[in-house]
Amino acid sequence: MDRLDQLESQSIYIFREAFNRIENIAMLWSLGKDSNVMVWLARKAFLGHVPFPVMHVDTEKKFPEMYEFRDRYASEWGLNFIRELCPPIEQTDDTLPPAARSAARKTEGLKLAIKKYGFNALFAGIRRDEEATRAKERVFSPRGLAGQWDFKDQPPEFWDQYKTDFPPGTHIRVHPLLHWTEIDIWLYTQREQIPTIPLYFSKNGLRYRSLGDQDITNPMKSMASTIPEIIEELRTTKISERSGRAMDHESEDAFERLRADGYL
Amino acid sequence: MSETTAILANADPEAVANLRDLMRIVIVGHVDHGKSTLVGRLFHDTGSLPDGRFEAIKAQSEKRGVPFEWAFLMDALQAERDQGITIDTSQIWFKTDARDYTIIDAPGHKEFLKNMITGAAQSDAALLIIDAHEGVREQSKRHGYLLHLMGVQQIAVAVNKMDLAGYDQKTFDDIEREYRAYLTSIDVTPTFVIPVSAREGDNIVTPSKAMSWYKGPTVVRALDSFVSSQPTTESPLRLPVQDIYKFDQRRIIAGRIESGRIAVGDELIFSPSNKSARVKSIEYWSTIPGAKKPTSSEAGYSVGITLDEQIFVERGEIASHIETAPVETDVFRARIFWLGHEPMILGKAYKLKLGTLEAQVTVQSIERIIDTSDLSNAHAPQVERNQVAEVILRSRRMLALDSFIDFPSTGRFVLVEKYDIAGGGIISMDGYADQRDAITARGTNITRAKHTITDEARAFRNGHKGGVLWLTGLSGAGKSTLAMALEKRLFEKGYNVYVLDGDNVRHGLNANLSFSPEDRAENIRRVGEVAALFERAGVLAITAFISPYRSDRDRAREAASGGFHEIFVKADVETCESRDPKGLYAKARTGEIKDFTGISAPYEAPETPQLVIDTAASNLDECLAELVSYVEAKFRV
Repeated sequence: MDRLDQLESQSIYIFREAFNRIENIAMLWSLGKDSNVMVWLARKAFLGHVPFPVMHVDTEKKFPEMYEFRDRYASEWGLNFIRELCPPIEQTDDTLPPAARSAARKTEGLKLAIKKYGFNALFAGIRRDEEATRAKERVFSPRGLAGQWDFKDQPPEFWDQYKTDFPPGTHIRVHPLLHWTEIDIWLYTQREQIPTIPLYFSKNGLRYRSLGDQDITNPMKSMASTIPEIIEELRTTKISERSGRAMDHESEDAFERLRADGYL
Repeated sequence: MSETTAILANADPEAVANLRDLMRIVIVGHVDHGKSTLVGRLFHDTGSLPDGRFEAIKAQSEKRGVPFEWAFLMDALQAERDQGITIDTSQIWFKTDARDYTIIDAPGHKEFLKNMITGAAQSDAALLIIDAHEGVREQSKRHGYLLHLMGVQQIAVAVNKMDLAGYDQKTFDDIEREYRAYLTSIDVTPTFVIPVSAREGDNIVTPSKAMSWYKGPTVVRALDSFVSSQPTTESPLRLPVQDIYKFDQRRIIAGRIESGRIAVGDELIFSPSNKSARVKSIEYWSTIPGAKKPTSSEAGYSVGITLDEQIFVERGEIASHIETAPVETDVFRARIFWLGHEPMILGKAYKLKLGTLEAQVTVQSIERIIDTSDLSNAHAPQVERNQVAEVILRSRRMLALDSFIDFPSTGRFVLVEKYDIAGGGIISMDGYADQRDAITARGTNITRAKHTITDEARAFRNGHKGGVLWLTGLSGAGKSTLAMALEKRLFEKGYNVYVLDGDNVRHGLNANLSFSPEDRAENIRRVGEVAALFERAGVLAITAFISPYRSDRDRAREAASGGFHEIFVKADVETCESRDPKGLYAKARTGEIKDFTGISAPYEAPETPQLVIDTAASNLDECLAELVSYVEAKFRV
């Protein structure tokens, strides 16, 4: 069993646990590389079916390539697809720095969608190695009614026994990719031949390493124009994955505050 | 859609073959023994720090007016940085020439034990840190003990702050000796004990010049020598059922193979329902051209199988091969660690989660509270938060499980109180029988013949109803004496009565049984069935067996047809030992007899006996009188 087999098997186990233990669950699809691997793993877990809705919480500020990708694969993969819009920026916390505030629209959109459909839980494709507060996440992560994350008192989680008992009103984030790293995502995308948005590949010496809203996402210098080249680049780079995501870097705790309030 | 909007990767076997091995290491240690500094040094000296990270940590340290603080590398939460304490476990990645590492930082503070456990459980190996200056602390031992309980077998110990100890070999030797002795006492062999200075970088990545007396590997070399855990394909098959899918015409049983192998055509048994069927197919979804359904699979893989027969199985059952099935029992012994806000209480019910199984269990007894620093035992009616204890748990229904030592993943469990995981534990079946044989009916095509004489007719002729008086109690409690005296008294009163005595049936009916837990269970099962036949024949059967296990007695009750009366012949161990009519206690004390009830094997007292006869408090005549009037009231017609 190689590293990718192990990662895949663990993710399938998580998908199946959540699907069995939690009623009314949906998957968040942000169209990025991680999200696409997540959809793929769900199809593996349920042998070709994705037995829950797949939702895109849309800021309407994504790259055109992302929308084109979404429309094509939502139908090609036979997904039960839902698109939900985010409210305007005026409805977000005005004490947050500007980019973080812009990102917070997604949190608000998410809260509205959860309320609208009554989802008890959402699958989200975050990984521990992306960012330091995500490194402290649980696979089954309970949230308060308003989506907030109590990171100072998280449930114990060991031996693949996840928290599956909740008082009414708890919302759960389930993270099937938590144990994957950025390189793993690309190795798996390569092995499984998962379709990818071309923005990740170098054009004129620049590529996007992480995709978000157009106005708060920047490309990085790179010549990597194929997956093997990306993998090679990641093996030597010392630049962090989210360096092009503005909201992570505005203040020491901006991202922590976003996440505590329900951001992914 | 244009070609540019989605790119399909070209299948490149090279890239996949180039997968690096991944090892997960948990770092544990007492607060302030230098965990974070060691991790920081490891990253710095292996050139693994991301760009700008060093500067960011420097800025975060200056902002708080503290000297450069490596802890900020992993303490991601504002509260952790502000209070200078690690609250929750975190992970960080680095690589050596040999492979990739995930470093799991586990909080050392006792208050955050649940987070330490969460971190440790994900690791293949552990690096345990001890401050040379402070020496082996209570937490150092506690962490070692818990790692052992969590099943982490590869442990390296770094004796840190050697610079503050003048790089003194004797200081190191003393700590090494003390800690090795402790680990040996809990059956752990540390692979390496390494003197280091995380602050100065000695023996982290580069060998220390100041400690040329140390000939062993550096921390990095030690980590590189560890073996990453692989699923146990060589053990018998364990496939816990996770779910049943009926998305299309297929009925797919989903689950992860925890150990062993499976192949199409294998005959499987599902425990505890004990239904069996053959594997028809192993289902698989792939878009890779040419990918075929596998015909076999092995430990570690999450699979979906179909069966050749439509049998009803549910989540929580364990599929195995027939000859190597898991244990079936409704009672087991476990070593647990408790994390709950409320203590674990004797007699209280909790939800057990074992693999994919969920069942209600009751704490039947708390055998001992274990002090992890000196391994001494204490007795208490409850287990407090952060304590380790040995307990006996009982379920109302039959469970399929294993001893942890044989099958780690089906031999461990968590307990849920209300909504929270409140503890975890590992199973030992020491002293308890596998009840599989006792509940398995092997015959098929059997039909009951119907008697033409009614129970009432038999009772009318005999003047009393048939029944079973099941005497249970410790050896020496007075069961046989009472049984024989009662038999005589009742006979004289006109009863059809007969005593089934332990030693007597072992001369005949049960001569082929030993004293192993399984054979003791079988002994009682047979006696229960025979007593039930007596009852149906209209006879009053009196049995005199220790019958220490509740499950065995419950089965005897079920075998009978309503006239079963459980009578607890009560006397404490001290009283019985002082009587010792057969000299057995003396032999048990010297170890000549092993697994002796009350001394070295459990006695599960009845919870709701029909009658309690206290032979320590009353004399034989009084006890007898009580029994006779009970029988007259219950059986005379």
